[in-house]
Amino acid sequence: MNAATPAPVAARRSAQEVRERVAALPDPELPVIGLGDLGVVGRVAPGADGVLEVEITPTYLGCPALPEITAAVREILTSCGHPDGRVRHVLTPPWTTDRITPEGRRALAAHGIAPPVTPAPDSPVPVALGAVPCPHCGSRATRPHSAFGPARCQSVLWCTACREPFPHLTAL
Amino acid sequence: MSTTSDAVPVRPGTLPDVPPSAAHPDLARYVTRLGDDALVLGQRLCQWITRAPTIDEDLALSNIALDLIGHARALLARAGRLDGTGRTEDDFAYTRSEREFTNALLTELPNGDFAVTVARQLAYTHFAVLHYESLAHCADPELAAFGARAAKEVAFHRLHADRWTVTLGRGTAESARRMRHALERVWPYAGELFEEDDLLRRLAASGTVPSPAPLRDTWLGRVTGVVTEAGLAVPAPTWSATGGRAGLHTEEFGPLIAELQSVRRQFPGGTW
Repeated sequence: MNAATPAPVAARRSAQEVRERVAALPDPELPVIGLGDLGVVGRVAPGADGVLEVEITPTYLGCPALPEITAAVREILTSCGHPDGRVRHVLTPPWTTDRITPEGRRALAAHGIAPPVTPAPDSPVPVALGAVPCPHCGSRATRPHSAFGPARCQSVLWCTACREPFPHLTAL
Repeated sequence: MSTTSDAVPVRPGTLPDVPPSAAHPDLARYVTRLGDDALVLGQRLCQWITRAPTIDEDLALSNIALDLIGHARALLARAGRLDGTGRTEDDFAYTRSEREFTNALLTELPNGDFAVTVARQLAYTHFAVLHYESLAHCADPELAAFGARAAKEVAFHRLHADRWTVTLGRGTAESARRMRHALERVWPYAGELFEEDDLLRRLAASGTVPSPAPLRDTWLGRVTGVVTEAGLAVPAPTWSATGGRAGLHTEEFGPLIAELQSVRRQFPGGTW
C-alpha cells in the first residue's frame, strides 16, 4: 500500500517557476514559439496585496489570442498554488517585434515564417524588395504579396526563386 | 462584438487599475465616441468578409476590422469604468439603442463599391493616425498608452488605403471614375471628424485631451498628397454632414446595429 499522504492540490511554487511555465506556453497563433520568446511576458511578482501577478503585453490591441493566453496563464497560476493570482494586461511600453528573442527568431524561420525585418525609418513601404530572405531556400529574390496575411501579425511574401509564398511576421 | 464570442470575460483588475475615484463623465463620453467610431467602422468592414474582390483583400479588410474592434473593446471597457456604471464593452456594443451611439457618421456609411470603402478608409485612417498620435501625449496615462499603440496599428491601415487610392486612381478609366465618385460620396462626412463641441472644448480647456480641430490642416495636406498622386482632385463639398456625436444617425445605421445585436437580443445573456 502506498503510505504517502495525498499531495496538496497544488504546491505553492515560486514566482520564478510560474514565470518559466508561462514563458514556455506556446502562442496560440504561432505555436512554434513560446510566449517568453515572443516577448509578451513581463514582470511576474507579488502585487501590493501580496497576490502573485503575471504581466502580459498584448501584441496587438485586438489580438484574438489574448483571451486564450489569459485563460492559460490563470490555469498555470492555479496549478502552481496561486488560485487568486492575477493576469495584468500592460500596454506601456508597447510590444514591438524587437522583443522577440534570437531563439524565437530561429524557431520562426525553422517553421517557414520569416522573422520580422524592421524597415528603414523613412521607408514608405513596410517591406522593401529583397529585404526578407525566403525561409525555405534563403534567396533574397522575394517581394511583398499582401500586407495582410492569415493572422493579424503576418504579411505574405513571395519568393521568386523557389516560387513559394511564405508568411512574414510584420515588423512593428 | 464578433471577436468576443469565444472570449473569456475580462475580470475587473486585469486591465490597468483605475481607482474608483477616477469617475470622469466627460472623459467617459469622449472615450465612448472613439470606441463607437472603431466599433461601427469595424462592423461595416466585416460586411466585406467573403465578398471582397480577392482573397487577399478579404484578409486585409477583415484584419483591419479585427484591429478596429480591438480598439473598440479597449475604449468601451474604459468608458464603463470612467462613467462609474461598470458596464463592459459588450454592454456598450449590444445593449444600447441607435441614439446612444456617438460615432462620426463617416464610419457608418455603407460600404458601397470597393472604391467607396477605400475612400472612407482614406479619410478615417489619416484622421485616426493624427488623432491617436496626439492622444499619446495626453495627461491620462492609460489613454496615452492606448493612443501610442493604436496609432501604430492604424498607420498600417493607412498604407493599405493609400495604396488602393493610387491604384484605382491610376488604373483604368473605369476605376478612376469610381474612385473619383467615391471621394465625392465620402468627403461631406469627413469634416465631422474634426468638429469641436462643448464636450471637446471642456476637455481641451482642462488639459485632459487635445481637440481634434487643429489636426484638420495636416490631415488635408496628407490626403491631398495621396489623392494627387492618384491623379485625382480632393473634392470641395458644398455641404457637411453632422449629428453622429449627438446620436443622430443616417438611415442605414439601424440595420447595421440590428445585425450587430441580433444574437444578443434573441438570446439575452446567452453564452457558448
